[in-house]
Amino acid sequence: MERKRETRTKELLRRLSYNKAAVFSLAIILIVILCAILAPFIAPNDPNPSPPELYNSLKPGFWSQDGVGGMPLGTDMLGRCVLSRIIYGARISLTAAIVAVAIAMLLGITFGVLAGYHGGWVDSTFMRIVDIMFAFPALLLAIAIVAVLGRGLDKAMIAIGIVYTPQMARIIRSSVLYVREMEYIEAGKAIGSSNRRIIFRHVIPNSMSPVIVYGTLMMASAILDCAALGFLGLGAQPPTPEWGAMLARSYQYIVAGAWWAATFPGIAILLTVLGFNLAGDGLRDALDPRLKM
Amino acid sequence: MLLPVLLGVSIIAFSLIHLAPGDPARAIAGEHASPQVIHAIEEKYGLDKPLYIQYGIWLKQILHGDFGRSIISHEYVTTEIWDRFPNTFELTILALIFAILIGLPAGIVSASKQYSVLDYASMGIAIFGISIPVFWLGIMLMMIFGVFLGWLPIAGRIDVLCSLDRITGFMVLDSIITGNFAALSSVLRHLILPAIALGTIPMAQIARVTRSSMLEVLRQDFIRTERAKGLSERMVIYKHAVRNAMIPVVTVIGLNFGLLLAGAILTETVFAWPGVGRYVIQGVYARDYPVVQGCVMFFALVFVIVNLITDIIYTYIDPRIHYA
Repeated sequence: MERKRETRTKELLRRLSYNKAAVFSLAIILIVILCAILAPFIAPNDPNPSPPELYNSLKPGFWSQDGVGGMPLGTDMLGRCVLSRIIYGARISLTAAIVAVAIAMLLGITFGVLAGYHGGWVDSTFMRIVDIMFAFPALLLAIAIVAVLGRGLDKAMIAIGIVYTPQMARIIRSSVLYVREMEYIEAGKAIGSSNRRIIFRHVIPNSMSPVIVYGTLMMASAILDCAALGFLGLGAQPPTPEWGAMLARSYQYIVAGAWWAATFPGIAILLTVLGFNLAGDGLRDALDPRLKM
Repeated sequence: MLLPVLLGVSIIAFSLIHLAPGDPARAIAGEHASPQVIHAIEEKYGLDKPLYIQYGIWLKQILHGDFGRSIISHEYVTTEIWDRFPNTFELTILALIFAILIGLPAGIVSASKQYSVLDYASMGIAIFGISIPVFWLGIMLMMIFGVFLGWLPIAGRIDVLCSLDRITGFMVLDSIITGNFAALSSVLRHLILPAIALGTIPMAQIARVTRSSMLEVLRQDFIRTERAKGLSERMVIYKHAVRNAMIPVVTVIGLNFGLLLAGAILTETVFAWPGVGRYVIQGVYARDYPVVQGCVMFFALVFVIVNLITDIIYTYIDPRIHYA
């Protein structure tokens, strides 16, 4: 009896807490979020000192005698503190991914609900457009959009959001197709509720579980793709401390033995993406045990 | 099904140059061109005509395999893509082979020994595998095996000192045909690191999907019947379960080909690999729109063809599927 009074969120959290990987992933995500929020307070150094401290360029970190004090992960080719840049980079990667996924969700929910709820020609036109967009590898389409819009972090976010839209829309559409046949929708129609009311009060809330799961997994790919665009020089522009762009600038120096500047930003990407992937897996198992892998 | 998609793709590729800020004629002519030159270009490319007529002209050209000339090199885009395609093809195919050879067995073993140490280990590696940025993995492989250990070359397609006659353009093939084993070994050594970097994400995805698909099949009644009639576990898994579990796996391999193409853009950039992926990026840097258009069309075409092949493979693994 007690359990029935649990809210959905509470029940979800309880189920998640049984899953060790999910707890671990939430811890990673929490750390990244804290880094993003508290960056100015926890970063040991200025991520973009001006004027640049070139005399400190490519100094190793705590593991070596040659390191500079106060730069635990060493410095990059412009003498900037790698750790501080990674901490500030959390802000950029998280913001970019959140904006991109928000765009995909907003557009995806709009198109997906319209297509799924109304059916008919709306739906078939929509499905053709989705087919066309799926003919492009996601990153390539994002690159093409950036080629049109021009380089920059803001444009990269928009491009990734657009590229993810058909995927999100299709997930919502299939979920709506299922919900629309439910009895409570029929009941709503019978008592004369408007389409608008049925869509906003019943269809959308009941189609949300897959959106939450795929939204989380999408955060992971958005962080990866955003870093990829940054790495290609099409996303965040220097001197922005974006993880992908940091790698692009520093990997040529590995030949000179300066491995740290090209290693740690990648570990930051890997762990953050891993966090969101594990969280997505965990949410899927908790929300819908039938889909359990 | 195929044609409408390709038509839509062509509209998107066509719009690229017209959606881009600025005048396309000026983009082709360059910033400091005189009005006469711009006018001549508008006339030559039909840029003064209405958009739908321009699209018609362009579509007719690309149906003849003509994507126009690169603004930078003035070579035909089609020629430049065909020169680079064998390099990308060899890289992606090797990456795919690597991904299947490791991902498939890992998934099968994980499923048949669910919740064993082996299962946890391979699924743990797989979740890392799908989370790793491909370009960073490339950098790390390059750093460890190329720079620190010095076992493998860190960039390029073949040693500068190796000469190789180009017959097909596929360097692996060419070196075998000409019996040039020095070149073959150099080509293969250059292939290893990029192929592993590129193949890791698909490998992890294949392993994950194989496992979940196998688990699904292993729960079905006919498997229980087989076990009940005393068939060895080996036969149950390898003869019956695997075959029935293959449909989603083939789908994922097909879809991963798209990921491989996108990953090739990044991998080729890291390893200075002279392929189509690097070509499109150089096109984007230089605002060389015919190149970007051509590559976008090309990638989409390859991807669509791969999906078609995937559909055909379905009918082979599952005779219940028929296409009218």
